[in-house]
Amino acid sequence: MNCEESLALMHLYLDGDASEEEAQQLREHLKTCPDCNQHYRELKQTESLLSGAAYELSAPAGFTASVMANLPKEKKRVGYMRWFRAHPVITAAAVFFLFMFTSVLSAWNSDSSVSVSKQEGLIVENDLVIVPEGVTVKGDLVVENGDLDIKGQVDGDVTIINGDLVEDPGAKVNMASVDNISGEYQEIDRIFGWAWYHLKELVTF
Amino acid sequence: MENIIKYHIKNVKKGDHAAFEEIVSFYQNKVYHIVYRMVGDSHEAQDIAQEAFIRAYTNIHSFDENRKFSTWLYRIATNLSIDRLRKKKPDFHLDAEVKGTEGLDMYSQLAADQALPEEEVESMELQSYIHKEILSLPPKYRSVIVLRFLDDLSLAEIGEILDLPLGTVKTRIHRGRELLRKKLRHV
Repeated sequence: MNCEESLALMHLYLDGDASEEEAQQLREHLKTCPDCNQHYRELKQTESLLSGAAYELSAPAGFTASVMANLPKEKKRVGYMRWFRAHPVITAAAVFFLFMFTSVLSAWNSDSSVSVSKQEGLIVENDLVIVPEGVTVKGDLVVENGDLDIKGQVDGDVTIINGDLVEDPGAKVNMASVDNISGEYQEIDRIFGWAWYHLKELVTF
Repeated sequence: MENIIKYHIKNVKKGDHAAFEEIVSFYQNKVYHIVYRMVGDSHEAQDIAQEAFIRAYTNIHSFDENRKFSTWLYRIATNLSIDRLRKKKPDFHLDAEVKGTEGLDMYSQLAADQALPEEEVESMELQSYIHKEILSLPPKYRSVIVLRFLDDLSLAEIGEILDLPLGTVKTRIHRGRELLRKKLRHV
């Protein structure tokens, strides 16, 4: 074996690629050639110095946090899903209120015609609901999207939504019409009051 | 371990931020090690290593789960390092000289506070000397030498990381080893 072949073999050997036979040939050559022997020892030393320097360096403190802070925002969907999973009670409550609020809102928008709770003896003229004189309405009275004129008696609560209790200055009876209600009297005009009323209704069911 | 990483990657692909944190904390030292040995400067290394993880995150969908994740990640890291070296090529050699002394700065700071045992000082000096010599290699030899001594990577894996045929990897290792022999034989 000449020195050039020996040199190539040294690298194969250090890579772990030399066969047993090749390794034996190399050893024989190194015994007889001081130059190659020296060369091999230097290579061997280089290898061990390098593997000594290969101890794993540590990333600076806070490296992971810094990477995480600089990541592009994760997909919103997953973020929400995780939050929902972490807060099931709030999620349930939120869904409940969302449904309730939308149904209440759509009810508000759709009901523009006058509606009255069903009781006997009531007269409906356009947007005006009249409790005629001498008539006593039994039970709670609800008027929606209309005015109410009480000439007779209401034996129960009265609720007017989006309307007024008619105050006719000509008729003395009307001045005291609230007195003709045996129960509570309630007038609801604004959407929040209206929504609150519906919520209370739902809850008391 | 490989299975745990695979599991985390599946979750990252679904958009899970937290799973990626596990991956970063597992690989941060190895990636930092490669990049630091390649560019030589700790600030720059931190910057590039961070960039490597961010690239891995944004491109996670192009990662084939049947392959080894570390190979893919190290490839991103070495490519970014080599890109950075190319960009600053004109003043690179000057830079390397200055930056190589960093280890010594750190050592002198330490020494002011508490005296280190002599062997430890010697080993720190030696380490910083070796680091400097690795940095003085041309990048194509530096990359194979750095990867070869990290994490028991096989020559085939190094080829995959650097996108080189096995024969080229071997030639570069032999050449790099010879270059370093001349620099380190008097240590």
